Amino acid sequence: MQGTKRLLMSSQLQKRRKESNKTWKRIIQNWELYIFIAPAFFYFLIFSYGPMYGIQIAFKNFIPTKGILGSDWVGFDHFIRFFDSYYFWDLLWNTFSISLYDLAIGFPIPIILALAFNEVKDGFFKRLTQTITYAPHFISVVVMAGMIITFLSSSTGIVVHIIQWLGFDAPQFLTDPKWFKTVYVFSGVWQSAGWGTIIYLAALSGVDPQLHEAAIIDGATRFQRVRHINIPTLVPTMTILLILNMGSLLGVGFEKILLLQNSLNMGASDVISTFVYRSGLVDAQYSFSTAVGLFNSVINAVLLIVVNQIVRRTSENSLW
Amino acid sequence: MISGVRETGRDKVFLIINYIYVLLALVIVAYPVIYMISASFSDPKYVGSGEMWLWPRGFTLKGYQIVFENSKIWTGYANTICYTLLGTAINLVVTMPAAYALSRKDFVGRNFFMGMFMITMFFGGGLVPTYILVKNLGMVNTVWSIVIPSAASIWNIIVARTFFQSSIPKELQDAAQIDGCTNMRLFVKIILPLSMPIIAVMALFYGVGNWNSYFSALIYLNDESKYPLQLILRQILVLQEMSAQAGGAMDSASAAALNNKAEVASLVKYAVIIVSTVPIIAVYPFLQRYFVQGVMIGSVKG
Repeated sequence: MQGTKRLLMSSQLQKRRKESNKTWKRIIQNWELYIFIAPAFFYFLIFSYGPMYGIQIAFKNFIPTKGILGSDWVGFDHFIRFFDSYYFWDLLWNTFSISLYDLAIGFPIPIILALAFNEVKDGFFKRLTQTITYAPHFISVVVMAGMIITFLSSSTGIVVHIIQWLGFDAPQFLTDPKWFKTVYVFSGVWQSAGWGTIIYLAALSGVDPQLHEAAIIDGATRFQRVRHINIPTLVPTMTILLILNMGSLLGVGFEKILLLQNSLNMGASDVISTFVYRSGLVDAQYSFSTAVGLFNSVINAVLLIVVNQIVRRTSENSLW
Repeated sequence: MISGVRETGRDKVFLIINYIYVLLALVIVAYPVIYMISASFSDPKYVGSGEMWLWPRGFTLKGYQIVFENSKIWTGYANTICYTLLGTAINLVVTMPAAYALSRKDFVGRNFFMGMFMITMFFGGGLVPTYILVKNLGMVNTVWSIVIPSAASIWNIIVARTFFQSSIPKELQDAAQIDGCTNMRLFVKIILPLSMPIIAVMALFYGVGNWNSYFSALIYLNDESKYPLQLILRQILVLQEMSAQAGGAMDSASAAALNNKAEVASLVKYAVIIVSTVPIIAVYPFLQRYFVQGVMIGSVKG
């Protein structure tokens, strides 16, 4: 009994030793692959993990001449100052409301658009629509902001002219805080809804045509086929994209907001990330703004994990 | 198969509504673009008053003339081309070998590297620590601050890795190894020539990103002579700094013709939007296939 056990153990040991030998052999044999990965490894190490090391200044009073290590610890002072500040709730509210508004409008539109594109059977028309609706994706955010500003200009903007031509009073889109979020969200839809359809169209192209044939024989209308075949096909893709979107709820399109911000719409347009930029790089409050940024990333990471957990409990389409 | 079946009445209604919907989407997307092109060729008087709403009215090339006479725009253009070429080259050199290594099942440590890269998708150091790092590395106000901190994107590495995994047969690697071919030779002589589609996709994704980026230039560059086009555009389009300056740059005859500075400024805006966006929009329809391919490869989970 004991003998066989020992034999078993020794054979296992041998197997393990053999495996580790094999691992070493594979490492040596493929040493060049480590050179292949080295640039990316060092890039992420320095430019992604390096700043993570720098996060400690959120708990310090960073003074550039003293360096990151030499500055004094202050604990959670910067966080407390941020939470107690009068703008804390405004920033949080603006960030969340812009993101949720964007999600509520910007998420379903590409899905509906993809379903509609998929029903267009005329090849040329379909290609034309796709080419044109994808194009705005390539417009830079600066040009996009410039377009928004010129189109919505209260005296010369074409959108204002069209609204007046229809017989309404045009609101002050750019300076009225009430309109900022709408302008932000709908310009985003204009720019990216078409591009957003690609991923759904790819999923739709994978639908088994037999499903549709069977449904036709059973007398299903086109609408019923879209409703009961195409939409369920898109659910896994939708879920993944939704989780990813939830993970960036506080990371709203900061570059565009920064460009569209002006002193008059600040009440609605100031979000955490623009605040971090302003207080950190413009006003040089390095530690304080790092603390605010850290608060932002922690909330993002927590949201992502929580949403993913919820999805994992209820379906099998989670990220991990 | 489907077309063989006669459309019922309700299906026809559905199809008509669907076509109207798609057409509407098409018009909404295309109209602002057409409007901008027309506006850039029109007399700003008509544009400002709303009389020009689709086709050019009072045809003029003044806007383009002012744009092309502006040396800042030319410098910006040259800088952008330089940053885009250099940046994209660095992007590819970092991305392709790493993606290939990660695609190899016999690469010991691939899960470690993948995990290490993936974490950066969800958590980062934030703006200020990154800025301090770049500053400490002495890159501020140099071309390196533009091209190095964005040397790779994990998303693109995953896309390229997925391509290698699904499109390069493993037998090639086995055969090469039996013949005593090193990994380096295998990658350079066999894998890369077979990967032209994905190299094109990556070059396009990175290239467009580099061309359009403004934020790293905004925070890292101080000298206006180093500004890329997007920052110059920001001055003209967003900060509206053009009006005064454009007036000065013009000869007196055209200044008399367009004496309203605000009008000149708006004309210049449309022209500059077209000039800066044309390189990308012009090549895009020919490359659309590749872009779409890239998104689709990326959407395959795993």
